Amino acid sequence: MSRLLEVEALEVSFGAASAVRGASLALDRGETLCLVGESGCGKSVTALAVMGLLARNASRGAARLSFDGQDLRGLDERGMSRLRGNRMAMIFQEPMTSLNPAYTVGSQMAEVMLRHRGGTRAAAMARAEDLLGRVRITSPAMRLGQYPHQLSGGLRQRVMIAMALMCDPELLIADEPTTALDVTVQAQILRLLLDLQKDLGLAMLLITHDLGVVARVAHRVAVMYAGEVVETAAAADLFARPTHPYTRGLLACVPVPGKVARGAALGSIAGVVPRLGPGFSGCGFRDRCGEATAACGGTIARASAGEGHDYLCRLPPGWRAGAGAAP
Amino acid sequence: MKALRDIGLASGAAIVGAAVLVAVFAPLLVPHDPFAQDLSRRLLPPFWMEGAREGHLLGTDQLGRDYLSRLLYGARISMLIGIATTVASGLIGIALGVAGGFFGGRIDDAVLFAITARLSIPLILVALAVVSVVGSSLTVVVMTLGLLLWDRFAVVARVSTMQVRNLDFVAAAWAAGCSRSRIVLREILPNILSPLAVVATLEVALAILLEAALSFLGLGVPPPLPSWGLMIAEGKDYMFFSPWVIMIPGVALFVLVFGINLLGDGLRNLLRTGRVA
Amino acid sequence: MLEFLARRLLVALLVCATVLTFAFALTRLGGDLAISIAGPNATAADIEQVRVAYGLDRPLPLQFLEWVGRAATGDFGQSYFFKEKVSKLIFDRLPITFALGLVGLSIALAVALPLGIVSALREGSWTDRAISIVALLGQAMPSFWLGLVLMITLGLHLGWLPISGTGSWEHFVMPGIVLAFSAIPALLRLTRSGMIDALASDYIRTARAKGLSRRSIVLKHAARNAAMPVVSIAAVQLGFMLGGSIVIETVFALHGVGFLAWESISKNDFPTVQAVVLLLACIYTLLTLGADLLNAVLDPRLRAS
Repeated sequence: MSRLLEVEALEVSFGAASAVRGASLALDRGETLCLVGESGCGKSVTALAVMGLLARNASRGAARLSFDGQDLRGLDERGMSRLRGNRMAMIFQEPMTSLNPAYTVGSQMAEVMLRHRGGTRAAAMARAEDLLGRVRITSPAMRLGQYPHQLSGGLRQRVMIAMALMCDPELLIADEPTTALDVTVQAQILRLLLDLQKDLGLAMLLITHDLGVVARVAHRVAVMYAGEVVETAAAADLFARPTHPYTRGLLACVPVPGKVARGAALGSIAGVVPRLGPGFSGCGFRDRCGEATAACGGTIARASAGEGHDYLCRLPPGWRAGAGAAP
Repeated sequence: MKALRDIGLASGAAIVGAAVLVAVFAPLLVPHDPFAQDLSRRLLPPFWMEGAREGHLLGTDQLGRDYLSRLLYGARISMLIGIATTVASGLIGIALGVAGGFFGGRIDDAVLFAITARLSIPLILVALAVVSVVGSSLTVVVMTLGLLLWDRFAVVARVSTMQVRNLDFVAAAWAAGCSRSRIVLREILPNILSPLAVVATLEVALAILLEAALSFLGLGVPPPLPSWGLMIAEGKDYMFFSPWVIMIPGVALFVLVFGINLLGDGLRNLLRTGRVA
Repeated sequence: MLEFLARRLLVALLVCATVLTFAFALTRLGGDLAISIAGPNATAADIEQVRVAYGLDRPLPLQFLEWVGRAATGDFGQSYFFKEKVSKLIFDRLPITFALGLVGLSIALAVALPLGIVSALREGSWTDRAISIVALLGQAMPSFWLGLVLMITLGLHLGWLPISGTGSWEHFVMPGIVLAFSAIPALLRLTRSGMIDALASDYIRTARAKGLSRRSIVLKHAARNAAMPVVSIAAVQLGFMLGGSIVIETVFALHGVGFLAWESISKNDFPTVQAVVLLLACIYTLLTLGADLLNAVLDPRLRAS
């Protein structure tokens, strides 16, 4: 059986600026894949490209872009809209503005059902009420008649999640769903997503820059940098044996209680994600990398560091800082 | 797109520039005395129609006056009224708007109320009534329109002043101990001029249209002055048989106002894209 | 919300009171009213007689108070020219002006809303630019001249529509088109900018992520949120149209309030002029108040607060 979502060599550019440069990822049913990286590295654009939600001035190309064996590249807006909200759903970072202020929660949820499955409005409302309960909103019947401005940020994000589940999608893309929320609410939403994913057997593509989140929820991890997926591995494997210098840098930024001495300096990666034009070649990280040599300006081949673990760097698996310049 | 915008701005500027030149040099340009009647040559058609006579390029009106000469003099009246009215209404509107935006509080409430009250007053009706009571003349039309058309100036000046008032360089001027009048005149006014320039172009266009409407109704510029609105009113009785008597001044009016609006629109786009500081 | 409405109502009343004073002052601008009323051929004795007959010999403040007192009860006195009650004169003709205003507004909305939406959907395209030029053209059109041109073309040459009068609904089409022209540019611009803002918002991205049809995204989700400023400006434009009806009604000889005002002005019939000015100002104020209420209905956030 084919994988649920397959993306190969995805390219997205806005005019002369490339946002995604040949990113590849794949996702199985029931699996949670975390897409991590700094802001501006192309995570959100990748997700929007999969959903076909890119802005009009963006252009998208890919060697392969398929959902459940169906090629999404040839699908027009009408065809995409049949999948969206139905078999693939998405929730966003800004719960405060993602709901339409002019309509009630119930009507916004019901219309997803009515659009994709038909049926009566009463049935759609009943389904909405049921799902509001599932995302642990108290007195769901009352919430159906409320407007978004009457709800807190955490509640709105729960509504967004419930709305995404209206048609039992196989894939849920969550783009930094907890970033805009209070810390306590973040934990609740994350737990909710995790439980839903298990209960419903969802495949989830979770975009985050928070490695703490990744450690708790991910089956697999894809690390993005400057529009490329620079390393992919099972979550435990990635944390145990990070191989790409950027991944190592990212992990060094996270303090682990007990492992980091009090008062020790936190790791950080100097510089920012570069804006790369279409003609750029070689490793996008070389300007910020401590191991960079002249060879990094050439084409870099994808290397393997074990079963299901590959990375985009000329350094060998298990390289050590300072020793990597050898070959 | 940008090129098209520039075309709009350029053609607007060209139309307005031409109108200004015509207005200034009308006495040198006209082939005939625009007031001289010749009853033997009444309602001659313009050059593209049959029956046109040499020497009257745009024909003659119902009193045998040369239409081209009257049209050129008409540009004078339109430009004069447009600009004079805008100066008058600009002074009133900017003073009110800056006062409201600068002082805030009660004064601002009063200014807002004045704007609301002004907008509720039916413009043309009141202008007609005033001109009718006071008597029609160029000065009266300018004064009346000037006293009525300040609302948009006030709205824009008020909002712009509020924005500028809170900027750092104004705070710096306060800190340097500058007086209120100095801050208003030296720091605030120069920085709100660009949006006001856009308003000014639109107001010139509006004033020209209103003067034409008043003159058309017989309560604007008194005859025999060749206002375009008046020319249309005088030609109205003959328009079914000699349509050019209303087409010619109407098209002139339309083109001039369109040109001014193009100019204003182009200026606004320049301001929005930040090509003019 | 209630507090906001109360404040708006207070301002509306104050505006009407201001216009009341203004309308009174308007007629006293020209100096001696009695001379104007008596006409150019009147003798000194005639003028004195008029002065006493119309109460113009009494002190100005007294005249003002008396006028305000009666105006407050809807009594605007006797018309000098028509020899009838001003209130009756006006209310007989109000339906025509309202009909004209509503026809004008309907045509304006029918043109401006679709064009504004298309412009927003194709923002930056040639279509968008062409539509904005149409708006500029409309703005530059002298309404009285457009009226005459339509009379010549649609009325005389093509014979599609009657040239003047109020006999049937067809009589309202040409003046309606002319009135609509003045309102289209503002309505179009606001529809366009409102739709552009709405279409760029996060909730539209959500609507697309939900797989909704394009129709539902544009007409249900975006248009509802873009409607509020459009409602406000539509009310304002209707007010302007009623005020501007004086020109149109004169051109097309429609015997509405505008035509009445025009006749009264040329006959120095001041009680009627005052009353029409006051009436139009009050209608305008009511319209803007109504728009605020309608917006409160449209926007749940306003309703709640």
